[in-house]
Amino acid sequence: MDKNTSVDDRPEPVSRRKFATCAAAAAAGWVLTACGPRRLHDVPRDRLRQLVRDMEREYSARYGTTVAVSDAGPLPGVLFGYALDISRCIGCRRCVYACVEENNLTRDPQIHWIRVLQMDKEHGVDFTHADPYYDPEQVPQEGHFYVPVSCQQCRDAPCTKVCPTGATWTEQDGIVVIDYDWCIGCRCCMAACPYGARHFNWRTPSVPPAEVNPSMHYLGNRPRPRGVVEKCTFCIQRVRAGRYPACVEVCPVGARKFGNLLDPDSEIRYIIEHKRVMVLKEELNTMPKFFYFYG
Amino acid sequence: MKTLRAFAGFVAASLRLIGQGNALYWGWIAALLVLIVSGALAYAEQLRVGLGLTAMRDQVSWGFYIGNFTFMVGVAAAAVVLVIPAYVYHWKPIREIVMFGELLAVSSIVMCLLFVTVDLGRPERFWHLIPPFGRLNFPRSILAWDVIVLNIYLLINLVVVTHVLFRAFCGRPYSTRLVLPLVLFSIPMAIAIHTVTAFLYNGLAARPYWNASILAPQFLASAFSSGPAILLAVLQLLRRFTRFEIRDEALWKIAELMAYAVFMNLFFHGAEVFKEYYSNTEHSLYTRYWFEGIGGHRTLVPYAWSAVTLQLIALGLLIVPATRRHVITLNVGALATYAGCYIEKGMGLIIPGFTPDTLGEIYQYSPTMTELRVAAGVFAVGFLLFTLLLRVTVPILLGELRLAQGERRFEAPEASGAAAAVLTER
Repeated sequence: MDKNTSVDDRPEPVSRRKFATCAAAAAAGWVLTACGPRRLHDVPRDRLRQLVRDMEREYSARYGTTVAVSDAGPLPGVLFGYALDISRCIGCRRCVYACVEENNLTRDPQIHWIRVLQMDKEHGVDFTHADPYYDPEQVPQEGHFYVPVSCQQCRDAPCTKVCPTGATWTEQDGIVVIDYDWCIGCRCCMAACPYGARHFNWRTPSVPPAEVNPSMHYLGNRPRPRGVVEKCTFCIQRVRAGRYPACVEVCPVGARKFGNLLDPDSEIRYIIEHKRVMVLKEELNTMPKFFYFYG
Repeated sequence: MKTLRAFAGFVAASLRLIGQGNALYWGWIAALLVLIVSGALAYAEQLRVGLGLTAMRDQVSWGFYIGNFTFMVGVAAAAVVLVIPAYVYHWKPIREIVMFGELLAVSSIVMCLLFVTVDLGRPERFWHLIPPFGRLNFPRSILAWDVIVLNIYLLINLVVVTHVLFRAFCGRPYSTRLVLPLVLFSIPMAIAIHTVTAFLYNGLAARPYWNASILAPQFLASAFSSGPAILLAVLQLLRRFTRFEIRDEALWKIAELMAYAVFMNLFFHGAEVFKEYYSNTEHSLYTRYWFEGIGGHRTLVPYAWSAVTLQLIALGLLIVPATRRHVITLNVGALATYAGCYIEKGMGLIIPGFTPDTLGEIYQYSPTMTELRVAAGVFAVGFLLFTLLLRVTVPILLGELRLAQGERRFEAPEASGAAAAVLTER
């Protein structure tokens, strides 16, 4: 630290009166702003902006870099959808690790929002014969194909239905999000999710400061605390800024497609109209916005 | 004002009672306290490090805690098994027996709430559930329903117990206008807590093992088996150590009702097993995992068969009048019922529901030391509460502890001395 600044840095002694005044003001402010913390879903726009600034300050200090937390909302006329070409996927798991880096997923312990399942060709898409831990020298392996699974962004999401505190909900543009500051960690949503898309922070998540992605969203890849649930958000910090999700960008074979379901000229609409698409576990009537197809 | 002062006297006398007892009483309390301290230390470590100290993971995201929670909801509902026959068969003393069912309900609901709390990732945020500060996702979330019915059931039982005891302490009969409707209301509520808890699992289409409509009836059957099993033990202890008159016929009647409940439980399970094995869809995997294991994954198989065996033994012993009326076989039957239901609910309901997980992975769950210690601590809290409640209730109901009329003091020391010894001495 610079010698000149060390004098200025010395904290001013706090008088009892000043402390009491500040404490009273803080308490009053807490009560006046509708009793302190609130679900991010219900926070008015101006207060949200202030909360996001607070997050930026906190995360910047924590990681020693300038963090930008976006509060971008859903755009009218946008409903995000995803399509994955099973015949192209080679099971390289680049999407898994691009997602880890993009979304500040904890490195130790590890969490992966995408799980790539290796299936037997003779069984078809069959979870009972799926292997998530395949580890050969080279992919794809003879006799196998690959099905990456992450949050299916269901239209009728079982996870949001069962949440006792309303800490998870579907945004207007179709992304199912979680308020990490409101989740109580009861894990009902994990029991309810048919796709294993929800992940719990069993221990304190850790991301090395050098590897932090400083471009964050308040409902997406900002740091999560221990004891709450997290999941894929279609890279909300990217897609609401007009970019593709990280997994789409990184896929070396172009198996991953993303776009606006409400835009008739979008690639995703083209796929739905010209390919034969399917969804996972359609009998559960969750109506995913994540489609699989054979290209 | 007068009532308030009497109530203060009631509280003071209760506290004084709790502080009196013989060596056996204090030994029991000390043992419970040891377990509580050990549980608290384990829980403190779990709070510091996170739920990673348990064996739960993303694949099996609920485990021993939630299994115990589910089991204790069943025990709590047992009070009602006494209420119905008590009013139908007019046992003597009806009032007191019902009372013990309610004390048990209070203690078990407290255990239920504790089990859910220790399972939370962020317990300090529990207020997020409580309007107006928080937000309860009612009526969509079944857990929200469960929070409501459990707390109502706890409240009903607390009010009835406190009212009856306080009136008895004052030497006045309890108000039938207050107690009767509440006791009757507690019947549908007891069924409600169990049904809603069953629906908590039943409603999850992602888990075929739970997504069967037999679940709620089967919950009730196992609750009406295991709850009375505990009460049988408690009533026999009370008869032995206190002046309470509890007739053999009453115990036999409870045992007979238990036999029917055990039979229904086995029947419902059998119906489920038939459906799974005969139709042999891929959804039968979970039942297979429980009864025979999948591949080399056989952790739960011994539990499954011991649960079935214990319940068959219980059914045999309790359904035959001769063995039901013999003190040893009766107690063996009760113990077998209790153990069988505990295994079936604790390990057999939650774990196979998650194994294999929704994407077909098999994670073999088996509780860690932290989980065992915390759970033992929660049980110890419940038992301690139940012991202390009995400690106060028994002398008051026996009329050994009374508010002395007019003088605002308690009866002569010899009476309360007798009361102090009454629980554990004979």
